[in-house]
Amino acid sequence: MTTNFVIEGLKASIEGKEILKGINLEMKGGEIHAIMGPNGTGKSTLASALMGHPKYEVTAGSVLLDNEEVLEMAVDERARAGLFLGMQYPSEISGVTNSDFLRSAINARREEGSEISLIRFIRQMEAKMKDLDMNPEFLHRYLNEGFSGGEKKRNEILQMMMLDPKIVILDEIDSGLDIDALKIVANGVNAMRSEDRGFLIITHYQRLLDYIKPDFVHVMMQGRIVKSGGPELAHRLEAEGYDWVKEELGIEDETVGQ
Amino acid sequence: MTTQTILPVNTESLKEISLQNNEPAWLTELRLEALELAGQLELPRLEKTRLDRWNTQSYGAYQATNVIDSLENLPMSVQGLVKDENLEGSLIVQHNSGVVYTHLSSELAKQGVIFMDLHTAATEHGDLVKSYLHKAIEKGENAITALHAALWNGGVFLYVPKNVEVTLPLQAIFLTDKETATFAPHILIIADTNSSVTYVDNYVSGEIEGNVVHNGSVEVFVKAGAKVRYATVHQFGNEVTDLSYRRAVVENDGAIEWIVGEMNDGNAMSDTSSILKGNGSSTDAKVIAVGSGAQKLNYTTRAQHFGKNTPSQMITRAVLREQSTAIINGITKIEHGASKADGQQTEKVLMLSPKARGDANPILLIDEDDVTAGHAASVGQVNPEQVYYLMSRGISRTEAEALIIYGFLAPVVSQIPLEGLRTQLQALVERKLGR
Ligand SMILES: Nc1ncnc2c1ncn2[C@@H]1O[C@H](COP(=O)(O)OP(=O)(O)OP(=O)(O)O)[C@@H](O)[C@H]1O
Ligand SMILES: [Mg+2]
Repeated sequence: MTTNFVIEGLKASIEGKEILKGINLEMKGGEIHAIMGPNGTGKSTLASALMGHPKYEVTAGSVLLDNEEVLEMAVDERARAGLFLGMQYPSEISGVTNSDFLRSAINARREEGSEISLIRFIRQMEAKMKDLDMNPEFLHRYLNEGFSGGEKKRNEILQMMMLDPKIVILDEIDSGLDIDALKIVANGVNAMRSEDRGFLIITHYQRLLDYIKPDFVHVMMQGRIVKSGGPELAHRLEAEGYDWVKEELGIEDETVGQ
Repeated sequence: MTTQTILPVNTESLKEISLQNNEPAWLTELRLEALELAGQLELPRLEKTRLDRWNTQSYGAYQATNVIDSLENLPMSVQGLVKDENLEGSLIVQHNSGVVYTHLSSELAKQGVIFMDLHTAATEHGDLVKSYLHKAIEKGENAITALHAALWNGGVFLYVPKNVEVTLPLQAIFLTDKETATFAPHILIIADTNSSVTYVDNYVSGEIEGNVVHNGSVEVFVKAGAKVRYATVHQFGNEVTDLSYRRAVVENDGAIEWIVGEMNDGNAMSDTSSILKGNGSSTDAKVIAVGSGAQKLNYTTRAQHFGKNTPSQMITRAVLREQSTAIINGITKIEHGASKADGQQTEKVLMLSPKARGDANPILLIDEDDVTAGHAASVGQVNPEQVYYLMSRGISRTEAEALIIYGFLAPVVSQIPLEGLRTQLQALVERKLGR
């Protein structure tokens, strides 16, 4: 059975302020969806609400991953069910090495007694780090501590590769990456493309989509998906900006506002 | 706030005990003077800690102990603490009021190292003991140091001769399991010129019906060019009030390194300080602490710089659970004339419960212009953003919090140069965290 991810009527607020005002989106394994949209329109909020960030209160809707209600799961259960979020601003955690962290994450998916062996883990990790052109020294660095913006993003992709999720959400994975790194990260994502894995890629720039070709492009404004189309939509946004969308839909202020 | 110290012993019986133990006259005299002082002095005033509300009275009485001939006759709890590498090595065990086991490796004995209980040393090496005992921590400082000087028992005397480098750590274990017995070990270490030594000790309690005060003192004299590493782990149960003073006096180019694990379950006060007397002398203190239950804790590290070119480094990290309270003080004092001194300190407290209370007080007192000094302090809860990040990778909340807590302690624990001690501390941290 191929992966099936359905978001229906998702509403979420933060500190009493409603930000997501009813999101509908359906994704299948093998598909790549891109979400674009001006600043402050709710893209990161959507990603956080899907992952279960404690600050966001979901007030309505449902999110089904292979017919299982994601919204009823704790954050760690969502991850183990196959959800992965590459964050716009990954946390730094002092004292916890990258390798200890990732090994815990892998073992959390395994039965007690069948934990991954250290040798195997190191080998896998080193191979993926090589693919991402990361210095093996990063294994022993504290998690994201003192990482540059681009290093943090690569580290998010490394985690994605090690954890083998079903639905991958990448929030501005391209921000802070230089051109070479952008290609490396895109190659990493493309290598992970498969029939049973879906991607939701939040980005501001067509450039990323030159490397990772989306099947669908959605535009978010005012906490909703206001327009959807194919890859040509992203090209037009890149060329013309968002004014024509706003005009077409009669939107004056595209942000979530009050 | 004058609280009259109730003396646990009168002059007559203190004299009697001293005579029975065949102590030299100077020592009997010293104890009696100290007892008199104890009646006049007050408890030390600690930052935000009311010591007068703690149980500081349960001293019991001196009780003679019988020497054992084999480690197998030690309580199981103590046997587990004997480091493997030490079976052939050097070990002293104190059980309640007296030392019951002493072993010094023949190799060290040949090199002239002295390692014995302080009672015996006071007779056999009277001149040496007399000229150092209570010279770092003076009996007249407060009621606790005075009572200690009057009552101390058992203890350790370690002397390392000039140029002798001891590679294997020497170990001592202090066990209290009888509420009626005074428990006040005194550790006196003298590392002579250009010598080096590592000494590790453990403080434990067995089953106690009642309360015990541990009033302990550690004095370390680091001579020119000598290096002393002193590691100590306190893991008393909640029946024990732990009052511990540790102080090192460091001469030219000498170095003291403190590694302290505060893993008690009862109220605890400790004061670990280094007096950098000589030029080029240095100190490095690492303290990790975990508080739980209703524990009240007050931990101080100090560095006092007199010598020129003296670096000091002090780090304390404390994790607090449940309703525990900890006051963490760091005091760097640079005296006039201690040019090119460098004093650095960090105190960090991580609170795991809304009822835990932590306080970090970094203090720099500087009377010299040509110095560098710095401090950092923080008190905070586990960061929910970090927990979320870890959980978003499939790690459970409990495991995520554990990673963050161990990560918090890691920068100190990972620097502990003795592997056995590091493992022991990790296990104790886990136990204290209720895992
Ligand atoms: N913690 C918060 N407290 C208050 N308002 C918030 C919080 N998080 C998000 N918001 C508000 O929600 C709105 C949507 O924010 P969100 O981060 O989802 O935007 P975005 O579309 O990802 O923007 P960008 O492209 O700049 O990343 C913004 O107006 C933002 O200020
Ligand atoms: Mg965003």
